Amino acid sequence: MSRPSDHFDTPAPEAPTPDSDGNIVQPKLGFVGWLRWFWRQLTSMRTALFLLLLLALAAVPGSLVPQRAADPNGVTQYFVDNPTLAPILDKVQAFDVYTSVWFSSIYLLLFISLVGCVIPRAKHHFDALRAKPPRTPARLARLAGFQRRTLAPGDGGAPSVSAVAAVDSARRLLRKSGYRVVVFNSADKNGNETASVSAERGYARETGNLVFHAALVGILVTVGVGGGFGFSGQRVLVENGGVFVNTLSAYDSFNPGRFFTETSLDPYSIKLDQFTAAYETKADGAFGQPIDYNAYVTTQERGQATVDSDIKVNSPLRIGGTDVYLLGNGYAPKITVKDPAGNVVFTDSVPFLPQDANLTSVGVVKVPDGLAQQLGMIGFFYPTQAVSTTGAYYSTYPDDQYPVLTLNVYSGDLGLNGGVPTSVYSLDTDKMTQLTGGTTGVESIELKPGDSQALPDGLGTISFDEVQRYASLDIHHDPTQGWVLLFAASALAGLLVSLFIPRRRVWVKATEKSDGTLSLEYAGLARGEDPRLAAAVNEIADRHSKVLSDDRLGDVPAADTNA
Amino acid sequence: MTLDEYSIFLLYAAMVLYAAAFIAFALDLARRSAQVKAGNTVGVDGSVTTAPRVLETASVGSGVGASSAGGAASVAVAEAPAGERATDAADRAVATTGGRASGGRDGGQNLKGRFGADGSITQRSLSLRLGMAFTLLGFLLEVTADVVRGIAAQRVPWANMYEFSMTGTVLIIGVFLVVNTRVDLRFLGTFITGLVLILLGISTVNYYVVIAPLPPALQSAWLVIHVFVASLGTAFFALGFALSGIQLLQSRREVSGSALKFVKLKFLASLPDSTRLENLAYRVNIVGFVFWTFTLIAGAVWAERAWGRYWGWDTKEVWTFIIWVIYAGYIHARATRGWRGSRSAWLAIIGFAAVLFNFGIVNVFFHGLHSYSGL
Repeated sequence: MSRPSDHFDTPAPEAPTPDSDGNIVQPKLGFVGWLRWFWRQLTSMRTALFLLLLLALAAVPGSLVPQRAADPNGVTQYFVDNPTLAPILDKVQAFDVYTSVWFSSIYLLLFISLVGCVIPRAKHHFDALRAKPPRTPARLARLAGFQRRTLAPGDGGAPSVSAVAAVDSARRLLRKSGYRVVVFNSADKNGNETASVSAERGYARETGNLVFHAALVGILVTVGVGGGFGFSGQRVLVENGGVFVNTLSAYDSFNPGRFFTETSLDPYSIKLDQFTAAYETKADGAFGQPIDYNAYVTTQERGQATVDSDIKVNSPLRIGGTDVYLLGNGYAPKITVKDPAGNVVFTDSVPFLPQDANLTSVGVVKVPDGLAQQLGMIGFFYPTQAVSTTGAYYSTYPDDQYPVLTLNVYSGDLGLNGGVPTSVYSLDTDKMTQLTGGTTGVESIELKPGDSQALPDGLGTISFDEVQRYASLDIHHDPTQGWVLLFAASALAGLLVSLFIPRRRVWVKATEKSDGTLSLEYAGLARGEDPRLAAAVNEIADRHSKVLSDDRLGDVPAADTNA
Repeated sequence: MTLDEYSIFLLYAAMVLYAAAFIAFALDLARRSAQVKAGNTVGVDGSVTTAPRVLETASVGSGVGASSAGGAASVAVAEAPAGERATDAADRAVATTGGRASGGRDGGQNLKGRFGADGSITQRSLSLRLGMAFTLLGFLLEVTADVVRGIAAQRVPWANMYEFSMTGTVLIIGVFLVVNTRVDLRFLGTFITGLVLILLGISTVNYYVVIAPLPPALQSAWLVIHVFVASLGTAFFALGFALSGIQLLQSRREVSGSALKFVKLKFLASLPDSTRLENLAYRVNIVGFVFWTFTLIAGAVWAERAWGRYWGWDTKEVWTFIIWVIYAGYIHARATRGWRGSRSAWLAIIGFAAVLFNFGIVNVFFHGLHSYSGL
């Protein structure tokens, strides 16, 4: 079957014949019959179209509701904002639309339908590629672009060019234009000598079509299977802080694919030497907008010298089989806490999470040991601090022009003793007592770089040593993305060929008339979309006429015998 | 004045010309309706040929002056030839690339019109030619405005909503003008200039932002390629949308049998038949589809560099995918029994509605990584 049974070219199915009572009798289908019926339905064009439109429709909810894969914080927020609706939506996998059962079943059915359609078409096309063009139809006048031209008789009343020679020159012309040709010679019913050439071109149209669909299957399979071999992880690096070594424990978070093994991690190290950010200082509407981020890093692969590299947005670092992307940045104030005797009990650059475009940032400092009580602090960092009319602090510019750090201190149980891992970015204050800020009546600790201040209740002192920046790096490994690109490029190439190369048949028929004239008929047949068919037939007729008249002026060259 | 202010001034000037073009195109459609009602034959190119039998009672040179009695009598008669003429004129326009379909087959031509062998007079449409002239002038001004904005910003002028709108509408008009050199689609002028005016109106009022440097995520060669090709695809889809819309009206008219039953929109009689409109829409839409496919792939390549993954179901990615699937459905629908014709035209219309939604709604109101509207 060349096309699905409901392709518009195929004749409409006959209505079933009613029996003597006028009831429609369908043939009985056995189990295999039903299977075949189901397969026919699934692989029909109509089903494919239905599934395509259903796929478009099913993709919509994922853009209306935040998705766990793309926006996990948005999902958490959605649960907070819509406490009754969210669990119901979660039941129907609305937060994981693109991995949900219903979305997956639509595209899997679509691809099964596609494969079921493409395989028979590939076989048919393979046969067509080896077949000869069909016989010339008896009446060309019914076909597209038909025209008849007459060649005047030569000296002595005989045709100046024989039908066979005329058709042979048409054959050569068509072959040169990329047609596959076959010549038929016979006499018509009036006994006139007739020759014709049947030609077909544009087989690449169907080839492109098959390549396009096969490439789509290729993308799906590569993504589905190959995605399991990759991984992605995140790591925050502070300027001149810790060194990242590519091992599982060095990641802050890590998402392995199904077939990931730890041994596939190639050991290398990355150290952040400096992070620079440039911001717009002029344009009115865009004051403070970032212009450039650059992470200057020193990397080292196993057994090799250290290398200095830059990691920028849009310019990831390719190292050790992974790609390292600069996806975030912020401030990490360096904070030191001393006990009343002056011994350092805590010193670290603490990454703060940016809250707005001017990088007002929030962070948490936890001092579990060394002081009389466990200490937790929630800090706000303002790179360029300003005070609003209500007395609240905010940041007016993302660069550290006038940095200020404020801290609310809590004492009590940090919740770390149980050994349960907790987030370094949040503080559970349920079992803690607030010592500064809020309703305590004690002013929050407020520090500028280099400042030092006493902690409340004589617990010790705290100092803000310097402003440091951190870079948040995403480290990805996806061995299949080259293949996906290859398949995508093939799909595009296949699409271009299948949409813009016309598949057409052209016939040239020459008949020697009894009056010595030679009647030449030209006609074409579109196979699929072919808006230029009539023009193409006309052009062939023109070129053929020119060849024939040129041949007549000079001596007719010996027909070349190479078919 | 700063360069950006020059750009805005030029843009407003272009909008004035588009408005003039819109009026001229609308007058042409009104003229077509009037002429069809008067029983004359109107070609796709807007040329009016007075019916020979009307000529006897009407004053020479004025097609509108057909006597009411003669006009009413010839309506039904003129209907069929008008449709026929429309198709064959359009076919000739395709066959002779670059050539414009002409209304009359033979006869001399003077300022007033062309005289047919049967005594009929063929007159070209002045308003249509004015419309095209205004559109072309407006286009040149808008291109200049766009280029000046790019020079002022020292980068490609399509990095925020305001600039997308400007470049996108330049491309819509540009594609319309280029396609018109091959096929006479001037009858779409009202729609195209109207659409562009609305888009420019919304963008100058709501989307205008001062020139700002590119944020780091947009500093890539892919900005030039990905966004430009997406806009180009949109321009072709816009043309396809217009053709599919008219195709639906036309097929309704054809089904209803006579122009008399379909009282409004008489100018439809002067437009190509629904089959030809469908073929034209298909050819325009598949070009758009190829550009859209490229946009999708180029976007994925860029996303891999900028965001570390080539596909992440970001809202804009989702909608680009949805549009791609709808148009894929459209192409398949044309090959499925029962779907060719009006049903597939509806898919093209839904597809373009999704394109507009993706541009106007998703960019501004949806949360996602493509938040570059600059608003």
